[in-house]
This record gives sequence, structure tokens and C-alpha cells, in this order.
Amino acid sequence: MALNPKKHEMPTQDPKVRAGNFKEVALGYTAEIAVEEAERCLNCKNRPCVEACPVNIHIPEFISLMKEKKFEEAYQEISKTSALPAVCGRVCPQEKQCESKCTMGIKMEPVGIGRLERFAADYHNENCKEAPKKPVSNGHKVAIIGSGPAGLTCAGDLARNGYEVTIFEALHKAGGVLVYGIPEFRLPKTIVQKEIDNLIAMGVDVQTNVVIGRTLTIDELFNQGYEAVFVGSGAGLPNFLNIPGEDLKGVYSANEYLTRTNLMKAYANDSTTPIIKADKVCVVGGGNVAMDAARCAKRLGASHVYIVYRRSMEELPARKEEVEHAEEEGIEFKLLNNPVEIIGYENKDDKRDPRNGDVIAIKCVKMELGEPDASGRRKPIPVPGSEFEIPVDVVIVATGTSPNPLIKSTTPGLNVNDHGCLIVDENTMTTRKGVFAGGDAVTGAATVISAMGAGKQAASAIMNFIEKK
Amino acid sequence: MYKVLHRKSLKDSVTQIDVYAPLVANKAKPGQFIILRVDEDGERIPLTVAGTNKEEGTVKIIFQIVGATTEKLNHVMEGEFIADFVGPLGNPTETEGLKKVCIVGGGVGCAIALPLAQAFHEQGSNVTSIVGFRNKDLIILEDEFKAASDNMIMMTDDGSYGRKGLVTEPLKELLSSGEKFDMIIAIGPLIMMKFVVLTAKEFNAPITVSMNPIMIDGTGMCGGCRVKLIKDGKAVTKFACVDGPDFNGYEIDFDSSMERAVTYKEYEKHAYDEACNLFKKEVV
Repeated sequence: MALNPKKHEMPTQDPKVRAGNFKEVALGYTAEIAVEEAERCLNCKNRPCVEACPVNIHIPEFISLMKEKKFEEAYQEISKTSALPAVCGRVCPQEKQCESKCTMGIKMEPVGIGRLERFAADYHNENCKEAPKKPVSNGHKVAIIGSGPAGLTCAGDLARNGYEVTIFEALHKAGGVLVYGIPEFRLPKTIVQKEIDNLIAMGVDVQTNVVIGRTLTIDELFNQGYEAVFVGSGAGLPNFLNIPGEDLKGVYSANEYLTRTNLMKAYANDSTTPIIKADKVCVVGGGNVAMDAARCAKRLGASHVYIVYRRSMEELPARKEEVEHAEEEGIEFKLLNNPVEIIGYENKDDKRDPRNGDVIAIKCVKMELGEPDASGRRKPIPVPGSEFEIPVDVVIVATGTSPNPLIKSTTPGLNVNDHGCLIVDENTMTTRKGVFAGGDAVTGAATVISAMGAGKQAASAIMNFIEKK
Repeated sequence: MYKVLHRKSLKDSVTQIDVYAPLVANKAKPGQFIILRVDEDGERIPLTVAGTNKEEGTVKIIFQIVGATTEKLNHVMEGEFIADFVGPLGNPTETEGLKKVCIVGGGVGCAIALPLAQAFHEQGSNVTSIVGFRNKDLIILEDEFKAASDNMIMMTDDGSYGRKGLVTEPLKELLSSGEKFDMIIAIGPLIMMKFVVLTAKEFNAPITVSMNPIMIDGTGMCGGCRVKLIKDGKAVTKFACVDGPDFNGYEIDFDSSMERAVTYKEYEKHAYDEACNLFKKEVV
């Protein structure tokens, strides 16, 4: 049988329909498609895909099991190294990781590893109702700060090995960026909850509403008998553009807009969460977070949603799939433009006019690409005199985050670099003995899977640290 | 879930509750705040800590019914529970080294100003309190303020109790007469704080204001609580939850904060009416 040169297409909701709802966009392979796609794997000897995965999932092994329709076994194989298969199958940038190294990809399209992973995980969630068993405790206590991908992965690995793990979460709900940031239509919250329920079944204690650095300090955790602490507190403070008009009423950080929409469920009809339902929305930035915010705005009823980004489509950092989905849903890309001012309504005759301070437009300047800069990308340069305005009612700033200073400032001996990111050694230990860290708190804003990779590495370093004590 | 151990109605629209949250009670200092949700899927609202009882493990909150969430909170009775309660958030007010202070409180802001007056009083500082209310019916915590102050001046807008006028008037008189305070601390509506700052400015008196903007997480994630400061003529963005809530009064762009504070006014009014209707139905 000749090999299909192309990856099997992912069935998706019709773009016109989905732009009006928050249901999942990608519907997942059927069992038939999954087996056919699995057949495309050559099961090659050098397994470059495994090396390219931050948590080294046993990819050829699980795909071989899928060829035999052993879907549950395939899931178990993935679970040996990954704590969150159903999440990774959906949000990992496989095209930059496992699939980018796939041998098939040299001459044809690579195997759809992410899609197969998702199928195996969904199959398990659908068919296996049995909660994981609680391992026998080894009596060692570890505290995890933050319940995002880094914290959940670290907790999972430690719990599986008998450690008594407590996760401290600042918000009222566990899951970190998986629940407040990534929208329902990309990652249904029931999937995240299921992963958290599994950890709880394994004996992990999840304490919400605890802000480490305020409610408790790291020193107090050590006093309470925790032998090691893992900091997976995430990226932190949103960046703004430092242009006039940023304090206007309709200007949101992507974090705030997404949190209102996702965690606080502003999308639900009966929600009590306020959010400005705008007709025209401008999102500034070109990453996955920008795409998420734009697509949420569309679903909340905006007739026009613009993405303003200062470089061109080639440099756009978002996943290709997300950009395509956004385009299909009618998001309008205004590339090679840079915002210089956000313009607000001002009634000079009536200071009490309630519309005062509402956003009415964003002023941009056109850009052209010059010589490559330090990042290797061509540097955007403003075109003099090319300023123009786009009429909008809401501006969402999605230009990254800077680390949260809270834990650093309340923990003596914890050092950060010039960017404010926690400094760790090759074993993920910070400058404070027994305190480990990983994810965005260390790297700055990055991906779910790289945070998971760091959580995994930290778990093994913590076990090593405690055993040697 | 967090249990309401005590509940007391101070006025028709102002209620005091003590919530069992020992970790928060253990840490909270004057000037800090908490965030709560009344029920599952409810809004997260920031409220300033009005006091703590470490032995009992409770945190005192005094709130005015201004919207749907505070209306719902007002229906939580003694022995009942609220869904979430997290804190203490923000930085405590600086009290060290301040020997003579003037605390200016307006309306329900006085509930937040009181623990501060008490903290200064306990550390032996000389405390002048100027507290203002719209009218006699809205006055809260008068005795408590008296007990914590060396000099207390009660003001009402309409003169129905105490002195008639705004809190800025006695402040101006004191400063004119040559009173020197190590710090003036203003807590209340934005418009009041704006004018207290303008009054202090005439005398170049140092002043701290406590900002209470809209926020969600309270830990520095959402950026909703940003406050525009003007430092050396340049606009600087700060976050009330991690950089505040106290700021140098001279640096705040109050007009910007006032505009941002009413972002959801229409929405809130609608939600409030709905919540009230719901409770009316329950009563019937």
C-alpha cells in the first residue's frame, strides 16, 4: 500500500458556525482515521521525534499500538512520560517539536503525532472511568506553587513516586493558564479538570486561594515540614505598549480579557462577569495569546476583529494552525503596522459625559522590514508620515508578560536575572537550597509543553535532592 | 468554603462580617485587601481588610451594597459560607517612623481608615482623624475612631451631624495653622482623595492615598488594576495589587482613575437590579 503523502485532515467545526460559539474547534480523529494516520509512521530506528519532545514521549511505541487499535495501551504508553496527554495533544506546537523532526516529513508531510496523541487521550477519557490509584506514601512532603502545566506535571511525577504533594494555587480554580488563558474552544475545561481530578485521586492535595508570598511564604512552607518547594508560578505581569491612551476604559491586557472570558465565563449567557462587548476590536501582538484573544472577541459578537502586528506574516510567532483558524473565522490581519496612540472619546463641554474615556480608535504607523536584528528576524522600521487610524471600541494588548515579583521579593536568597526571571542551575534548583523552579517563571512567556518539560525535570531533581539528604 | 462567623448590619446599606480564614487573619496588616467570591461562578471583588482576630482566625470586612455582588454578600447570614476568600493582598501601609499622622476617611472608606488609625495609635503616634459622611444616617464607627485618635473631626456634607462641609476644610485649617504631619493618609472615594491631595499640595504636605481599582486576580496577572502615575512629567503604569494599593498622592492621575472606575457602571447597574429582583422574589 502506498503511503499517503499528506497528514489526515483534522475534522473541524465549520468556521462560520464556530465563530459564534465557544465549543471546541477541532473535533478530533475518528478511530478509522486514527489507525490510517498511525499507519503512516515508519517506526524508524533513530526516532528523531522522541528527542524533539520536551517530555520525550515514546512516540513510535504508542503509534505502533494505535496501528493495532490498542488505543488504551497507546494512552498508557504516552502516560509513562507525559502527565497531560489530552492537553498536549491539543495545544503543543508539534510542528516545531516532534513533527518537525519526523522522518516522513523529509519528503512528505510528517505523521500527525499530536492528533494521534489527542485521539488516544480522548479514547482513554471516554472509556476508562477508573480513577488512578493512590501510590504508597514514602512520607516525604513537597510543596508546589502554581497549578499550571509546570506544577501539575511536577506534582504528577512526584505523586506517582509516593511523595506527599500539596499544590498551592492563588486563584479559586486549579489549572493556571490552562483554565484562565487558553479558551474553551481550543482546550475544553472539562479536560483540564479531569487531569486535576486524576492527580487528586493519586493523593495530591490542591489548595486554592493561597498566594505564596502573601498568605504563606516559602520559609513557612519549610517550617511546616515540606522538604522541597517547586515554583511554577507562571509569567506574571502583562506588558503594555507605553503609548498614550493605554489607561482608557476599553483597553485590556490579553490576560485580563481572557481571564474574564474563560475563567470568569463571560461567554456564558447567564454570566455575571462584566466585559465590554465591542463591535470593533483591535488585538495588538502576533503570538498564540493574541490569536486566542482575537477569536474570543469574535465569539463575543464583534463584527470586526483586527490583529495589529509590527512585522509580517512570516515572523508571526503564533502557531500556523491557530493563524489559519483565525483567518477562517474572519479575523482581519493588519500586518506591518505598529500602534502609536489609542484615541479616546472626549466631550470637552461635558466632563461628566459617560462616554468620556471610551476607546474610539487606534492610531498606527506603517512599518517596513529592514536588516535582521539580534533575534535574526528583519527589524521593522516605521515609515515616516504613514500614520492612520482604525476605528475600534476595544484594544487588547497581547505583547507578552514580565515575571511576577511577589515570590522573589518575599523569599530571601532567591535570585533573578536582569529580566526578573528566577535563576536556576542545570538541575532546576534556584539559588535557594531546596527551592526548584520551572516554566514561565524561569524562561519568561513560553509554551505549555516546555513548562511541562521543566516540571518533569524538576520532579526528578527533587526526588534526587530528597533521597540524598 | 469560608464561614461567616459574625455579621452585623452597621447601616441600611453597610454591613460588617467576620470571615473564618485563619491563614489570612494571621498575616493581614492595615492597608491590605482580600478578594472574595460569594458563590460559584460569582464575580471576584476586592475588599479592604477592616480588622483581624488572630485567636478566632477571622478577618473583618465592612462593605457597602453598591452592586450585584455586594447585594448577594449581604444575604449571607451568620453561620453560612462564601465560596472563596483569598489574601492578604497588596502591600501593607507604611507606618514605621511616622510619629504624627492625619487620617482622612470618606464614607465607607472609613472602615479601611480605622484599622490604620488604630495601628498608629497603638504604636504611640499622634493621630488626627478627619472623617466625612454624606449625612448622619450614614455615619459608621464613630466611637472606634474617637478611641483611636488624639483629635477626631466629624464632618457631614449636609451638616446633619458634626461639622457641615467637606473633609478638605478642616485639613486646610490645620495645615494653615502650621500643623505639620509626617504623613496624611487619605482613603475614600476618588473624588475626595483628589481634592485632599490638592489641599495638601498647597502646603507641600506629604500624602499617601489608597487606591481601590477594578481587579480580578489581585496577584499581578491581569493588569486590570493599573493606575496611571505621573512621575517627573512622564506617564508611568503601576499595578495596585503588587505596587500598591498605597501610592504617593502627588503622582496619581485621578482623572484617569475616575474614568476607569466607571468602566462597567451600566453593566453593574443592570446586574444589581437583577440581583435585587431575585431577592425580592425569594422573599415573596
